[in-house]
Amino acid sequence: MAQTKTISLSSVKDNLENFSFVIPAVLIFTIFYIIPFIEIFNLSLNEWNGISLNREFVGLRNFEELMQDKIWWKSMWNACYITLIALTFQNALAFALALACDREIRMRRFYRVVFFIPPVLSEIVVGLIWRWILNAGVQNGEYYGLLNHFLVQSGLPHLVNNWLSNPDTALSCIAVVHSWKGFGWGFIMLLAGLQTIDRQLYEAAKVDGANGWQKFWSVTIPMMVPVILVVVILTILGSMQVFVLILSMVGQGLVYHTEVPVTRILAAMTGTNRFGYACAMGVVFGAILIAVSFIMKRISDKAKQA
Amino acid sequence: MKRVLIIIIGLAVLIGLIRFTLTTGSTKHQQESNTITLWHWMTDRQEVFEELALKYEEQTGIKVKVDLYAPSDAYTQRIVASAQARVLPDIYGILDKKEIFASFIENGFVADLTAEFQANNAEWELSLYEKAVDVNRFKDGNIHGIKPGIYGVPIDVTNIQMVYNKKLLEKAGISKAPKTFDEFLQAIVALKRVGIAGLVSGWGELWMADCFASNYAFNIMGEEKIMATYRGEVPYTDPDWIAVFGVFETLRKSGAFFEGIVTKPNKDAEQDFALERAAFSFNGSWCVNVYHGMNPNLDYGVMLPPAVSIERPMRIWGGAGSSFVVNNSTPKKDKAIAFLKWLTAPEQQAFLAERTKNLPANRKALSSIPEILADFAKGSEFTTHPTIWPYNEHPLVTEAFTKGLQSIIIGEKTPQEVAKEVQAMKEREMKKAAQR
Amino acid sequence: MEERIKINRYQVLNFFKGFFIHVFLCVVTVTCLFPLFWMVRSALMTNQTIFVDKSLIPAEIHWENFVIAWVEGNFGVYFLNSVLYTVSVVAGIVIISSLAAYAFSRLQFPGKNIFFYMFVAAMMIPLPGSFVPLYVLMNKLGLVNTRIGYILCMINVGLSMSILLLKTFFDKMPPDLEDAARIDGCGKLGIWWHVALPLARPALAVIVIFNSLNVWNEYILATLLLNDKQLMPLQRGLMVFQGSYSVDYPLLMAGLTIAALPIIFIYLAMQKHIIKGLSSGAIVG
Repeated sequence: MAQTKTISLSSVKDNLENFSFVIPAVLIFTIFYIIPFIEIFNLSLNEWNGISLNREFVGLRNFEELMQDKIWWKSMWNACYITLIALTFQNALAFALALACDREIRMRRFYRVVFFIPPVLSEIVVGLIWRWILNAGVQNGEYYGLLNHFLVQSGLPHLVNNWLSNPDTALSCIAVVHSWKGFGWGFIMLLAGLQTIDRQLYEAAKVDGANGWQKFWSVTIPMMVPVILVVVILTILGSMQVFVLILSMVGQGLVYHTEVPVTRILAAMTGTNRFGYACAMGVVFGAILIAVSFIMKRISDKAKQA
Repeated sequence: MKRVLIIIIGLAVLIGLIRFTLTTGSTKHQQESNTITLWHWMTDRQEVFEELALKYEEQTGIKVKVDLYAPSDAYTQRIVASAQARVLPDIYGILDKKEIFASFIENGFVADLTAEFQANNAEWELSLYEKAVDVNRFKDGNIHGIKPGIYGVPIDVTNIQMVYNKKLLEKAGISKAPKTFDEFLQAIVALKRVGIAGLVSGWGELWMADCFASNYAFNIMGEEKIMATYRGEVPYTDPDWIAVFGVFETLRKSGAFFEGIVTKPNKDAEQDFALERAAFSFNGSWCVNVYHGMNPNLDYGVMLPPAVSIERPMRIWGGAGSSFVVNNSTPKKDKAIAFLKWLTAPEQQAFLAERTKNLPANRKALSSIPEILADFAKGSEFTTHPTIWPYNEHPLVTEAFTKGLQSIIIGEKTPQEVAKEVQAMKEREMKKAAQR
Repeated sequence: MEERIKINRYQVLNFFKGFFIHVFLCVVTVTCLFPLFWMVRSALMTNQTIFVDKSLIPAEIHWENFVIAWVEGNFGVYFLNSVLYTVSVVAGIVIISSLAAYAFSRLQFPGKNIFFYMFVAAMMIPLPGSFVPLYVLMNKLGLVNTRIGYILCMINVGLSMSILLLKTFFDKMPPDLEDAARIDGCGKLGIWWHVALPLARPALAVIVIFNSLNVWNEYILATLLLNDKQLMPLQRGLMVFQGSYSVDYPLLMAGLTIAALPIIFIYLAMQKHIIKGLSSGAIVG
């Protein structure tokens, strides 16, 4: 009897001690995130212009309207498209570069530094440079946009395009520039992951007669699953929420072809002064992202078990 | 030993950091009764405002704290948040639609300045340009239900017109700026023949395309019919509106638009015009300063957008460039108003105009403005602005309207299709309003 | 004979592999270096020549632009502020998030999963308009226009992502090292400090870089929460060159170059830890 009591007491003490590790995080989080979040959720049930001291309670009407808002769902699809490109193109690039720099290769220190330049660059510079590269303008009969200029020089004038004002290419251009700007993050995280793989595992695989490709599949990939998962989640988050880049490349957008959820939220807030609707967008958008990442987690848990 | 040393140094740094961290800003002197606070978003004028504030302090002993919050998006956020926390400064500016301005007034955030403006036979009001004051005026029976009066102080005047590059037009054999739309189209053909691009403008910023369309709507159908459209009495599928959309289609078909005009930020468009890549630009009077900075030798002139219809005059957007309002709940209301009166007096207005190359709001503030700016000023008699109209379009309809213009410019949709879509949005919003 | 051919083929293959890897790396390198080069080059020109002069190295080099940018942007004050904010926020995040991540990964307490998922979920939800309730709240707490208020807000911004990343690394940590430390008489806090943190050094380096960049480039929240110039971060200085109407590109580029340097420096300092990582530093003293 007495024994069980001391055990439970010590386990309570233990739990408390363990919990104290997360107290600072939870405290800051509650004050600066949860409280505003509750307020946001509350706002999404209201109609409010951002200024008025009276908010009109409208229940779920904002959400109803959102469900039928075709432009909103189109913007969601656009963000998915950017994310898809980032997941494949950006992460493949990042992984390839990380693998290359994980080897004993000349100048790898130099490469490691260089690949991190795009993330450090300000969006202002990125927007200016890429708008210049993709510019379709002509002066004195010559294209002054780098890409079009290059296409003409290399004998491919039929590929010349108005890159950022053509509905077929604008979003893809944004996705590619976004991937270019972001691959440095995937690169350092994947490189960090690769570096933590015990070299003895490779040696052991070599002894077993595995070639490079087999080593990659049997050692590298399984060891990298958790890091890859983090990179994938962060890529999804980063790409779904991209908007500064869009603003700096195409201004307020090319019709609705370059709209993404965050630009829609901003348009609702500052363009049409519908704060309640903007908050409803934020809540729905967040819910979808959460659902996606939990599905991802399920998949990866299954993958780990297998 | 080494470890102990590191720990000691670490602790010392930490304590220093914490003490440094806990020092708050100089909130105290804000509460002093002889200091008034002004918030604004105009990066390029911060220096001049600070100089003026110093001068004012010398003359009156009242200190004006000028705080800059830029860019304007960040500034707007700050104003919105401060309104909710009820910590707005003594003087600030509202960068939004008339409807939102009305909401500020309705909720008691903005002081009614009518009595001040009209004191001494309306001395203050009459010293400023009427159209600049009108932006801050709510008329009798305004749809927002605001008590008629003047609620803000304009500090400068601006308008948006077209500019043309004289040298490039000459190259194409054109000696005179086109006055009518047909002449303009002929000029475009002539320019194309010598490989010069036509019209550039920053229509990646949607309001500028909206402004261009609005100019033509005034020219084609006149104010009455536009207001009737906003009231919902005339549909956007009316032939006159189709003609307005048609202006954009005609320009597209004749190849008048600069490549990529729909996604161009205005700063990019200004660069293109300054570097003589396009013969025409649609831009505001602020451009004089910008062009001068990039290419001092640029030889250009100002013109109204070429008219489609000769029956009605062309109208352009213009009025107050920026205005300040006074916080209604500040105990220093009188001091704030006195400062704004001083700021809009001829001497200070001339100083501001000269230093920032903008048009002054005060009629008597004659200063040595560049010739080209004076030409811009001549357009003032044709100005109008959404803030002085009796009715405004619902912002969602405006969004559909401007996005529709974009799809015409890129050749994705016809004027008829866009008109139908805009009308559908209009009907949806009217239905929603009726349900309330 | 056959043996020799095999070796040759192997060598040739290897040579080509190396060659292609280098070509690939070089192409990516050029795309990364070009904007940097362009930025620095633009910083050395004038507003009139910047878009006209097409030569690789500008005819007239205006080194003084950097000095002008520093003085006009009032960088002296802002720079110090930004350093202070970055150091405090990053230090705060590293300590708070690693404590939490360690607990989520290794310790047991009721509600553990709920809390963890809460943090992960928070990364997903963009909070539009959250600036309104946040400002009202900060105002009530008296934290508007204070350094500490801004720092706490910024810590919150980076917390979720850091916890997720660190937990992933802690999960991979071999348990025998912990056991060894426990036998040596280490408490939980001791294990966190002596075992977990050193082991997670690569992840910590990533977090330091990520959050430094975040804080260093942050501007909107600073504009919202701070009033006084003396409290503003570096990005405020850059605003001087971007007028509502006109932009002074050379000075802006000079300012951006100055602003980018510390981040590159931090990256240089941190990437060593990413690379060394576990393979060399596994044994903890």
